[in-house]
Amino acid sequence: MESTTIKSNFKSEEYFINMGPQHPATHGVLRLLLTIDGEIIKKVEPDLGYIHRSIEKMCERDSYQQIVHLTDRMDYLSANINNEAVCLCVEKALELEVPERVRVIRTIIGELTRISSHCLWWGVMGMDVGALTTFFYGFRDREMLNDIFEETCGARLTMNYNVPGGLMFDIHPNFVSRVKEFIAHFKTKIPEYDRLLTENVIFQKRTKGVGILSREDAISFGASGPVARGSGYSCDVRKYHPYSALDQVDFNEPLRTEGDTFARYSVRIEEMWESLSIVEQLIDNIPEGEYRVPTKAVIKLPKGEYYQKVETARGELGVYIISTGTKSPYRLKFRSPGFSNLSLLNHIAVGGKIGDLVATMATLDLVIPDIDR
Amino acid sequence: MMNNEALQELISSWLPGLEFWEEGSEFLNIETPPDQLFGLMSRLKEDDACQFDYLYCLTGVDWGEALGVIYHLESTKHRHNIVVRVQTENRDHPSLDSVSSIWYTAEFHEREAFDFFGIIFNNHPNLKRLFLTEEWEGFPLRKDYVDEINMIIK
Repeated sequence: MESTTIKSNFKSEEYFINMGPQHPATHGVLRLLLTIDGEIIKKVEPDLGYIHRSIEKMCERDSYQQIVHLTDRMDYLSANINNEAVCLCVEKALELEVPERVRVIRTIIGELTRISSHCLWWGVMGMDVGALTTFFYGFRDREMLNDIFEETCGARLTMNYNVPGGLMFDIHPNFVSRVKEFIAHFKTKIPEYDRLLTENVIFQKRTKGVGILSREDAISFGASGPVARGSGYSCDVRKYHPYSALDQVDFNEPLRTEGDTFARYSVRIEEMWESLSIVEQLIDNIPEGEYRVPTKAVIKLPKGEYYQKVETARGELGVYIISTGTKSPYRLKFRSPGFSNLSLLNHIAVGGKIGDLVATMATLDLVIPDIDR
Repeated sequence: MMNNEALQELISSWLPGLEFWEEGSEFLNIETPPDQLFGLMSRLKEDDACQFDYLYCLTGVDWGEALGVIYHLESTKHRHNIVVRVQTENRDHPSLDSVSSIWYTAEFHEREAFDFFGIIFNNHPNLKRLFLTEEWEGFPLRKDYVDEINMIIK
């Protein structure tokens, strides 16, 4: 009786706190306006636009070859897949058939990009929940991939390797052997990731049962990628709308039904295995042939509307072009996976603690330039 | 999965007089007047044969005389697609009904369209600037937007 009297004498009060835009756990310039009562989150409101460059407006002025460059700067961890999306959309509109060699190389590079993105995600995910070691492990393995990309196209982050009609250059003579080296190396590293973080009891307690997203809500919020698959919603664009050489390979779509932070984490770990398997199936069978079919210097798409979706490391990226037949699109919309995935943050974070918000946000794998565009 | 003809037949049985076309697009397109938008959209989501539960893209467009929104819908059960297009009555007071009560994802996407095109979405729970600051003047993705300092016009 006495203790309840004491408790009622202390009034709790809701207050605002800013998380970001310079917060290490937001991985970029994202500002979250948190309404909290003690440690309990009542509301999360993202404030965006700190690095908005209005890429969609720039596209209305640029030629289709130039647009590809801009897409590197959206989700910079999936740069190759973004490039591919625009190129596929332009090729679809032109009804341009690219050589088999291009399709296979694009798929290999795309899956390597996915692994590289997941390595970085895994590193910072551990760091966000207080395990600094993972950061170095993740970056160590990612370094091998960046070296391969650098050798292939001269850039480590903004590759710009795809062009409408094919690839900017042919692969480097060392490409196949270095990718095989990486596969052998990385196969021993994913189990290490599991031993270091996945099986860690503290990590599991921080992530299991936290930030639960139901399947219905995932669909309604437009979630895609590992975020949606952690809630048991099968949505892999590579399965439902295969592009490039993805119809020739055999792979599984990892699904979890728990919908919590740990489920989203596990899906990404399994995705690394699947991507490795895709690369392994293709690396010995790169067909000979041209690496690029010539296109006109000024590409004009026929009047119409074109939509192309691809699966980036974060989920479904859509490129929607409305063309009036000129050298630039009348309107170009990027449906970015991060934007939709961010919109559900408030829904899954409310009622949890600030520490849980950090863990939850880490498994949404937000890349802010992808959201801000 | 319903093919485009079956979808067109079903939807025109609910609301006669809608315009359908497939030309210049890989999906079935519908154009709806703004006052029928909300009714059509909730029906597309709720109807068992349609079940368009996944709004994957919401695009604001400046058509010149009017502004518009294009909705890309997919059914996660039946895996068919449809594109719904709507135009506002004018560009001085562009307003449309919000579909954020049907698909949660529309809340953010409509705020984006409001931010860049100035389309007012009626019954939106939290319609305010998303990327730009509150005091920003004008709507940058409109074709007549001019910013002499920040825009390079060729």
